[in-house]
Amino acid sequence: MNVPANLKYTKSHEWVRVETDGTVTVGITDHAQELLGDLVFVDLPEIGKKLVAEQEAAVVESVKAASDVYAPIGGNVTEINTAVSDKPELINQDAYAAWLFRMKPAAIGELASLLDAAAYTAISAE
Amino acid sequence: MTQKTVLNEAHRRLSAKMVDFGGWDMPLHYGSQLDEHHAVRSDCGMFDVSHMCAVDVAGPDAKAFLLRLIANNVDKLKLPGKALYSAMLNEAGGVVDDLIVYFIADGQYRVVINAGTAEKDLAWMRARLAEWQRVAACQVAIVPRRDLAMIAVQGPQARAKVWQVLPQARAASEPLKPFFAVNVGDYFIASTGYTGEEGYEITLPASKAEGLWQALLDAGVKPIGLGARDTLRLEAGMNLYGQDMNEDVSPLDAGLAWTVDLTAPRDFVGKAALLAGGQKSQFLGLLLQDRGVLRAHQKISSAQGAGEITSGSYAPTLQQSIALARLPLGVAIGDTVTVEIRDKQLVARVVKPCFVRNGKAMI
Repeated sequence: MNVPANLKYTKSHEWVRVETDGTVTVGITDHAQELLGDLVFVDLPEIGKKLVAEQEAAVVESVKAASDVYAPIGGNVTEINTAVSDKPELINQDAYAAWLFRMKPAAIGELASLLDAAAYTAISAE
Repeated sequence: MTQKTVLNEAHRRLSAKMVDFGGWDMPLHYGSQLDEHHAVRSDCGMFDVSHMCAVDVAGPDAKAFLLRLIANNVDKLKLPGKALYSAMLNEAGGVVDDLIVYFIADGQYRVVINAGTAEKDLAWMRARLAEWQRVAACQVAIVPRRDLAMIAVQGPQARAKVWQVLPQARAASEPLKPFFAVNVGDYFIASTGYTGEEGYEITLPASKAEGLWQALLDAGVKPIGLGARDTLRLEAGMNLYGQDMNEDVSPLDAGLAWTVDLTAPRDFVGKAALLAGGQKSQFLGLLLQDRGVLRAHQKISSAQGAGEITSGSYAPTLQQSIALARLPLGVAIGDTVTVEIRDKQLVARVVKPCFVRNGKAMI
């Protein structure tokens, strides 16, 4: 399973990267894209939208099914990756390069609740 | 207990992602269902459809039995090998299953039924036979052929690939018009399919299935999973049992009026209910105009009232989302309706329910 050690994860299969400017970047894991199969549609949040931890932030749809993407922590959306809404297959090609949105955390402490690579590997191997 | 086709190991060797489908362990895809879809439209691909059940219906009264059992009229089958698509109805006019019946010879028919409904169908057929035998002699044997496997080869290059691998089958299968079948030795080769492309569905002894599968693979035919099978049939506007119709849905409300013969004087199970109930809904196609993906059970609003999507997906050939939908009478082709997707109302155009045929967009 492809689970980079430098990222944080959620049990709902999002990956999270803390950037040097204090924002966090969010995408779906390689394991998630593999479960979904060929992705054909991505619905991203609007810039400025206030997200609540563990609530729906975006939607990814494969040929087979629709799947919600949850906000890993609370905060405001600062940037979205329109390249993936134009070409959802980018997520299948490289789930860790094809990020979905960036957000400014409301409380940096929430990051502590995220999983590390080992913990995510353990829960998604079940 | 999940059932396996004789090709189960072959799918696993090809790294298929396996899923449960109607109680059968079947390949969903072998890597990318989109690539598989395009392969069938532009070249060819093969499907293990051995989970479907061939049932031989034979005996002096086989024709009389089928005339009464199914909604289409087997009297239309005059030429040996001719196939007929039909629904089998319950007394309320709901669809027990959809099937293809092949006329082999006088007193000899082969019926192909769906995998998930096979046991229910067989019980239904046997119960009707027993019921009718109590009233009058009806000499018919109903024999499910679980000793057989089925491989469908579909796409513009499908026929050529089959002839390359089974050269002995060419002379008999090349002249076949659509919806016919011919026996070539152990192989029952039918010019039927579920993709909107040319090709064959080959029924053969299970013991020979791995050999044919491997020979087709060696000839460059790509294996295709159930994922692409679903998007191919949806683009072709073909119904899927359990989704587009079921025991509570009349064939008249599922776009299957063309398969129901109400004009002939013969009686068949469900006829009285169809005549009394009539058509209550239309079954049409939708083409999503906004971004998103149409899915089964989404609610539709039209000027004539509410409707519902029965099958929806992303159409790889058209690169937009399409659906089959039940709509109120009065909705016309070309009308605009809205579909509720999550919290949004998205716009869709009503079209004829045949989106792609022989690789070409029909809308």
